[in-house]
Amino acid sequence: MASVSMTVNGKAVAGDVEARTLLVQFLRENLRLTGTHVGCDTSQCGACVVHIDGIAVKSCTTLALQCEGAKVTTIEGLAEPNGPLHPMQEAFREHHGLQCGFCTPGMIMAALDIVRRHGNELDERTIREQLDGNICRCTGYHNIVKAIAAGAKAMAKGGARQAAE
Amino acid sequence: MSATGIGAAVRRKEDLRFITGRGQYTDDVIRPRETRAVFVRSPHAHAKIKGIDTSAAKTMPGVIAVLTGAELANDKIGNLICGWMIHSKDGTPMKMAPHPALAVGKVNHQGDAVAVVIAETQVQGRDAAEKIKIDYEPLPAVTDPGKAKSGPPIHELAPKNTIYEWSLGDAKAVDAAFASAKHVTKLDIVNNRLVPNAIEPRAALAEYDAGTDQLTLWNTTQNPHVSRLVIAAFVGMAPEHKLRVIAPDVGGGFGSKIFIYPEEVVCLWAARKVGRPVRWTADRSESFVTDAHGRDHVTHAELALDANGKILAMRVKTIANLGAYMSTFSSSVPTYLYATLLSGQYDIPQIYCEVDAVYTNTVPVDAYRGAGRPEATFVVERLVEVAARQMGIDPADLRKRNFVKSFPHQTPVIMAYDAGDYNASLRKALDLADVKGFNKRKREAARHNKLRGLGYSTYIEACGIAPSQAVGSLGCGVGLWESAEVRVNPTGSVEVLTGTHAHGQGHETTFAQLVSERLGIPFENVSIVHGDTDKVQFGMGTYGSRSGAVGMSAVVKALDKIEAKAKKVAAHMLEAAEGDIVFKDGKFTVAGTDKSAAWGDVALNAYIAHKFAGQELEPGLKETSFYDPTNFTFPAGCHICEVEIDRETGKTEIVNWTAVDDFGTVVNPMIVEGQVHGGIAQGIGQALLEGAIYDQDGQLVTGSLMDYCMPHAHDLPSFQVGLTETKAPSNPLGIKGCGEAGAIAAPAAVINAITDAIGSEDITMPATAQAVWAALKHAQPRQAA
Repeated sequence: MASVSMTVNGKAVAGDVEARTLLVQFLRENLRLTGTHVGCDTSQCGACVVHIDGIAVKSCTTLALQCEGAKVTTIEGLAEPNGPLHPMQEAFREHHGLQCGFCTPGMIMAALDIVRRHGNELDERTIREQLDGNICRCTGYHNIVKAIAAGAKAMAKGGARQAAE
Repeated sequence: MSATGIGAAVRRKEDLRFITGRGQYTDDVIRPRETRAVFVRSPHAHAKIKGIDTSAAKTMPGVIAVLTGAELANDKIGNLICGWMIHSKDGTPMKMAPHPALAVGKVNHQGDAVAVVIAETQVQGRDAAEKIKIDYEPLPAVTDPGKAKSGPPIHELAPKNTIYEWSLGDAKAVDAAFASAKHVTKLDIVNNRLVPNAIEPRAALAEYDAGTDQLTLWNTTQNPHVSRLVIAAFVGMAPEHKLRVIAPDVGGGFGSKIFIYPEEVVCLWAARKVGRPVRWTADRSESFVTDAHGRDHVTHAELALDANGKILAMRVKTIANLGAYMSTFSSSVPTYLYATLLSGQYDIPQIYCEVDAVYTNTVPVDAYRGAGRPEATFVVERLVEVAARQMGIDPADLRKRNFVKSFPHQTPVIMAYDAGDYNASLRKALDLADVKGFNKRKREAARHNKLRGLGYSTYIEACGIAPSQAVGSLGCGVGLWESAEVRVNPTGSVEVLTGTHAHGQGHETTFAQLVSERLGIPFENVSIVHGDTDKVQFGMGTYGSRSGAVGMSAVVKALDKIEAKAKKVAAHMLEAAEGDIVFKDGKFTVAGTDKSAAWGDVALNAYIAHKFAGQELEPGLKETSFYDPTNFTFPAGCHICEVEIDRETGKTEIVNWTAVDDFGTVVNPMIVEGQVHGGIAQGIGQALLEGAIYDQDGQLVTGSLMDYCMPHAHDLPSFQVGLTETKAPSNPLGIKGCGEAGAIAAPAAVINAITDAIGSEDITMPATAQAVWAALKHAQPRQAA
C-alpha cells in the first residue's frame, strides 16, 4: 500500500492504495464518486473520462499514484450540488444527447476537452472525429453531436466557466 | 396538446441524475461487508474437465470461498432454462440441454464459467483465481452453424447438435407457385453474428438476510420479475416471496439484459453460503464471452414473381446458431419472431420457411435489438431489391406493386396486419431523400472517382409483445400482458408503478406525460416507479418495443378506474349524482352547474373519508390493472440509404440517411427520434462494421472493443427522420412502438445501397472497406434478366 493525495473537484483527498489501483477505482471505491464509469477494459469506450489538471484523461488507464498532487475534475465537479448546471450538461439534456446515461459523464468530460482544444464554434465533422475515444450504444451520436455544438456555443456566451478551470 | 402531454417533446425527467453523475447503476450500489466474485472461465471452446484443484487458491490472501459446479449441484441449485417451447416438424420437442450456472464435467464455449472465487476485494479474487488449476482435455469444436450438424457432439440429448427442425407455411402450395413463376430470384445470405455491447457491463450484487431468510439481488436486468420467477421457480434458489430483484438504473440492454445468466445465480447462492453480500461486475472482455450474442443465421431464400413483378411466393431455409446453451428466449427468435415477418409489407400469397436451430461451441445466442425481425427484413428486402434489378423494374416501383393496401390483412405466416399505409411512408421518404436528384449526384460522384448507390428498406415489425393466449399457443412459457398501479396521494400527486423497465427509453418522462394529460395535473407531480419486485407487483419488463403499446395501455386502464372512483368521491363532496360528475382538465364539475372540486381536493377527500360512509365507498385512491393486448402492433416504414464508395479503398461513406416511420401515436417525438437514431446506428454497425468472428478452435477473435468494431461518431451521418401515422387499432392510445425499427430497417438499406453502387450482389455483412474493395475487384457487370 502507498498513500496518495490529490485534489478532486476542489477538495483535498488522500488515501492508501495498492500500486496497481487505477484512478477510476480510487474515485469510485475510495471516494464513492460513482459518476465516472467503467465500460471496457481496453481504453476504447471513454465512459471513464475525467480531467487531470484540465486535460481529459481515461481514468481506467491511469494509476491513482500517477495523480499525486494533481487536480482531478469528475462529472460530479462540474456543477455545485444545488447550483446551475454547466452549459454542456444543460446542452445534453436540452438536445436529448443521452438515453441510458452510462456513457454520458465520459461524453460530457470529453466534450469539454474538445472545446478546450478546438474552441466554441465546432462543426459536425470536428465533433464526430474528436469523439473517437468515446462510444455510445444508444443514441447513434446524432443528438450528442448536436448537444456538444450547442454546449460549446453556450459556454462562450454566458461567460461560462471553461472546461479546465 | 398541453406542453407536457402526449405528443410534446418534453425534456426528460431522468436526465438530471445522469448528467450530474448521480445515476445509480448496479455497480454504484454499495452494501455493508460486501465481497467480490471473480469467475474462472474456460479458455477452451470445448473440453472435458478432468479435475479442478482449488487448494492453492483457498489459501490466498482475502479469499473467503472457492466454489465449483460440484458444490452447486450438491446444493441442488437448478439449471438455467429456455422459456419458449418449440416443436420440430415431426412433433418432437426442442432439445434443451442442461445449463448449470457453473460447468460440471465439461465446458461448451470459451467463457463458460467453471469456478468462482469469493474474496474481500476484486484484485485478491483475481490473484486467487489464477491459482486454480483446471485439468482440461480439449475436444474438437464447431462454431459455424452451417457445419454444426456434422460437428463434434456437444450435448448428449441433441443428436447432430440439432435443437429443432421447425417449419411454417404450406410447402406444397409454395412449390406450385414457384412452378408457375415467370421469374425466380435466389440468394444466399449470412446474417452476421453480433455482440450487443451495452456500455454498462452486466453486474449483480446479492445479499442474504439470515434473520428473515430473504435474498435480494441488484441486477442489470430488463425484466426483474421474470428474472425472479425463473430464479425462484426453475433454478430453485429461494421461494419467490423470499427473493427481491431490483433493477436500478440500467445502462442499455438491447435485449442482452433480458436473460437470466449464470452470474446472478452464482452471486445469490454464494451470498447465502458465505453470509455476506457478493458483488460481480463484468469487465468488457468477460461481457464478450458471456453476454448472449445476436443474429448468426445462414439462409437460402427464393422469391417467385410473375411477369409483372407481382410476388407469388417465398421459400426460405435458415440455419440458426443458438450457441452452446439455449438462452432464456433463444428458441423463439429464429422462429416466431422471424418467419412470421417474412411477408414484409407485401401481399405474398404463399410463404414456406424451414428453420434448423443448432448448438455450437459459441456463446449462447438470443434476442438482440429487433430479434428475428432484422433477420427477416434483411431476407425480404434483399430478395425484393435483387428481383427488381434482375427484372429491370425500379425497386421502389416493384415494392409499390406488391404492398399490402387493405387492412386487416392476413399473411400466410400467422400475422394479421391491422393498420398501415406503406405507400405513404415510401412516398414521403422518396421525397425527403430527393431520390429524383440521385442520378445527378451519382454522375457528380463519378467525376471524383466515387461510386454512389441508393438502397431501400421498406420494413415491417411485430411489436406490442404480446397477446398472452396467442404466444401461449406458440409455445411461450409466460403471458406477455403488462401491469400498472396508479397511486394517488392525499395531496394529489401521483405515483405510477409499472412492470415495464426503462434502460434508456425514458419511461419516467413518457409515462408521466400520459398521466399528466389524462388527470390534468402538472407533469412534475407524477413519478414513475419501476424495476423493483418489492414495489411493483408483477410485470414482464421491457423488450420488443412493448412498453408504450402494452405498458402504457395498462396505465390507461388503471387511470380509467381512478377516474371512476374519484368521480364517486367528488359526487359525495358536491352532493350530486355520480352520473352528473364531469371530469375535465383536472376538475370535477356537476354538469350544468358551476359546482366543482379540484383534483387535489378530491384526492384528499378520498383519504380523509369524511364526506362518505367508508362502508359504502372504500377510502383511498389507488387502482391496479393488468392489460393484455388483443394483437401485436405493426410499426412499418421506409428507410433510404445513399452511399458513396471510394473505388480505390472500398470505403463506404453513408452520405444520406432518410427514415420515415409509422409508429402510430407518438408520445414524445424527441424520445422517439432518439430511439430511431440509435436503432439505425446499430443497423449500420451490423451492415458495415460489426461481426463476431470465431476461429476454427472456437476462440472469439473479436473479443474486445479493440477487435470488435463498434460504430463511432465518425462512422455515422446525421439522420433525416420523418413520421407518418396510422393508429394501432389494438390498444387505447394507438401506439405501435419504435425501439427496434432502425435496427430492423437499416442493414438491408445499407447493403442494397452498396450493391447498387458496385453493381454486384456478392457482398456479405459486415461490408468492410476490404470486403467492398474485394467485391469491386471481382464484380461482374450486372445484367438485367
